[in-house]
Amino acid sequence: MLSLTPKEISDRNALTVNPAKTCQPIGAMYAALGIHRCLPHSHGSQGCCAYHRSHLTRHYKEPVMASTSSFTEGAAVFGGMSNLRQAITNIFHIYDPDVIAVHTTCLSETIGDDLSTIILKARDEGLVPEGKWVIHCNTPSYAGSHVTGFSNMTTGMVKYFAQENERHREQINLIPGYVEPSDMREIKRLLAEMELPSVVFPDTSDVLDAPQQGAPVSVGKAADIYPKGGTRIRDLQSMGDSRVTLALGPFASENAAIELENRTEIPARIMDLPIGIAATDRFIQVLLETAEVLEPPASIADDRGRMVDIMLDMQQYFYDRKVAIYGDPDQVISLTEFAVSLGMKPIYVLTGTPGKRFDARIKGILKDVVPGARIKSSGDLFLLHQWIKNEPVDLLIGNTYGKYIARAEDIPFVRFGFPILDRVGHSYFPTVGYRGGMRLLEKMLDALLDRKDRDDPEERFELVL
Amino acid sequence: MSCDRESLAGAVSQRACVFCGSRVVLYPIADALHLVHGPVGCAVYTWDIRGALSSGTELHRLSFSTDLQEKDVIFGGEEKLAGALHELIDRYHPRAAFVYSTCIVGIIGDDLDAICKRVSREKGIPVIPVKSEGFKGGKRDGYMAACAALSRLVGTGDTSGIGPFSLNIMGDFNLAGEIWIIREYFEKMGIQVVANITGDGRVDDIRRAHGAALNVVQCSGSTLYLAQSMEKEFGIPYLRVSYLGIEDMTESLYAVAGFFGDPHMMERTRKLVRDELAVLYPQLQKYRQALRGKKAAIYVGGAFKAFSLVKTFRLLDMEVVMVGSQTGRKEDYLELKEITSDGTVIVDDSNPLELASFLRGKKVDVFVGGVKERPIAYKLGIPFCDHNHERKEALEGFIGMLNFTREIYSSVMSPVWQFVPGRKR
Ligand code: SF4
Repeated sequence: MLSLTPKEISDRNALTVNPAKTCQPIGAMYAALGIHRCLPHSHGSQGCCAYHRSHLTRHYKEPVMASTSSFTEGAAVFGGMSNLRQAITNIFHIYDPDVIAVHTTCLSETIGDDLSTIILKARDEGLVPEGKWVIHCNTPSYAGSHVTGFSNMTTGMVKYFAQENERHREQINLIPGYVEPSDMREIKRLLAEMELPSVVFPDTSDVLDAPQQGAPVSVGKAADIYPKGGTRIRDLQSMGDSRVTLALGPFASENAAIELENRTEIPARIMDLPIGIAATDRFIQVLLETAEVLEPPASIADDRGRMVDIMLDMQQYFYDRKVAIYGDPDQVISLTEFAVSLGMKPIYVLTGTPGKRFDARIKGILKDVVPGARIKSSGDLFLLHQWIKNEPVDLLIGNTYGKYIARAEDIPFVRFGFPILDRVGHSYFPTVGYRGGMRLLEKMLDALLDRKDRDDPEERFELVL
Repeated sequence: MSCDRESLAGAVSQRACVFCGSRVVLYPIADALHLVHGPVGCAVYTWDIRGALSSGTELHRLSFSTDLQEKDVIFGGEEKLAGALHELIDRYHPRAAFVYSTCIVGIIGDDLDAICKRVSREKGIPVIPVKSEGFKGGKRDGYMAACAALSRLVGTGDTSGIGPFSLNIMGDFNLAGEIWIIREYFEKMGIQVVANITGDGRVDDIRRAHGAALNVVQCSGSTLYLAQSMEKEFGIPYLRVSYLGIEDMTESLYAVAGFFGDPHMMERTRKLVRDELAVLYPQLQKYRQALRGKKAAIYVGGAFKAFSLVKTFRLLDMEVVMVGSQTGRKEDYLELKEITSDGTVIVDDSNPLELASFLRGKKVDVFVGGVKERPIAYKLGIPFCDHNHERKEALEGFIGMLNFTREIYSSVMSPVWQFVPGRKR
């Protein structure tokens, strides 16, 4: 298969080859897992749900629970209302979640099921037990990508849970974006260091990186299937009383923050994912302003100092190296900026998710350093491979699927983003913040130098590099 | 006990859909084009996900999708599909093309048949629609759709050069190169393998598969329908076989030799089995001793695999305390009951909750399952062996028995379990 990508690039508009994105529902499922005691529910046929669960399982190496409306032909013709009603009844009965988070699939979208109405009706008729929730979002697979799905479910959380309790609180809201559980954990740590009380949502830490603490005593009881992590409902309900909403990553988090602003007038501040030094600096700056202090705590300042120290030690290896970056837009934007700050040349930058803003942002970051860079949203990995065939890079950064390109072109490769299906452990270590940045730096340089050690002729092979 | 029906709405089912079933069966045909007509997701989740290896061309490992967008859903995706097919056929010159319909294609009403027919005429290769709209049933219906698609290829090729001792290998996907092992056995027995259907498959072989004297069908579901239709249409008998475990592997080879009724072949088969066992047995002993009396649980896709695994564990002197499948039929479960001891839990399409409680309740030492079961087992602190499409070691054939035993052994014996709270050993 490695030889199946031709060098000549021709226009394609009817066809995606080796996609750099996937469909919305999986992103919605991931976001929903970030609510405590929530069971994501896929309103469509069985297959979608099975695929999404498998894919998430392969990435996180954790059990992923989600239920399905199990559409059959009848549902496709007459609508999925009765399936969903039956599902709601069964789920509360068997799995006893606090929240069922329903997302649609391309099928239920196309037949036009009106989820708001179905859910309202189910509630009116008592299918939803007291104190329990059914929330939803629309995730048509023929628009956007998994990132859009994540954004839609996060926005759904705002729509259903946000209420103004007229209680002024000192807390802030923070939407961490489509990142690993470990990243959400790291962001919470930074907030704690800054002594900023906060509601972080969604929060998949301790859900998809839950510690192994032995089997629960009473396995088989519904309660045991829900890990200890996830944002609590009472916290979600209090988001309407916060001072400000900080949203990390415009593609994944902006809509929810704006929705909340429209509902409650809580100001939304949208910023980049804090990946790399500059974006993390900006993030910390916003935290300082929010906390109304001038200096970060020593722990954070020291982390930054260490990161800069490493960057100095490493700069000679990164300078002028060509790199290709692809993946989810928010991550790629920050990563591209990071690469530039290391003196690298991101000559190809691509995301599968549609959105002209992406092109504009990347163009802005690269305009002075790599004016001729090729940039594309709604792209696929076939195109990226073709670009690389025409002019190779020194390093490739992106999700698992890049391994084909890396092998075919013999390029050092750093796995980053979603999904990573062929390595273990990534979801336990953050890439956000200064600590995450240090880890990224190590991974990138290791990849470059491992390659050098492998390739150097005998007479150039040295102990100290 | 009820089985063989759709999961309830609201179930956390491990089951999949029609599209999944048909994709699984057809995807290993390596020199065909596989185009998924639908939104991008379906294509992504099935992109090279199964490790069906090819000994040559690898066109099947790329992911092609029409990536339907909102406007296609409103105005129809037919022209987009035709355009995509043209482009791909011109670029790769495949021997045939399969076009998979996904959920919404059934709803928006694209006329797949017409497009495929047209492109087929224009390009001069078979372009075959696979009717795999997800909601039209379960995985087994997908197998049927795939077999229907394959039926359109079988019988269209030239059968010259095919001898009387010939067969097609059906229902093996060549995970970890397993079909290569099995092919070698048959060849050693003096049998010509006409077509691999579908692991490491080639279109031209499949087109002339009707020239073979016998179909050997592995697995309970996936290609059985094709074997049945080939029997009806071409009078080719089929044998159901299993390559898992010594008992079933040996029995299958003898059954095939018995079918051809040639004494020389039977002698060669005996020798093959003897030689293989002579190598295998001594190696197995050490593992067997260590594993004796340990308790195993099985939860796999097809019931046929479950049968073989029960026998395999018996050979290892291990006790099977739970066995289940996602797609078994009533007869299958009766047979499972037959071959297991009393007290063995037999489950159908179980949800993770039930699985967890069985595993824990039965104090299982090792669990055999698929991708979604692994983390459940690990969370419970139970050793695990993947016997589904994620396996990277060949588990079929005599060597497969050894690999399997080794995997069970290394999983059970790994020192890491001692660090799981409540599971000191
Ligand atoms: S593209 Fe549609 S049918 Fe396919 S997995 Fe996604 S939601 Fe399901």
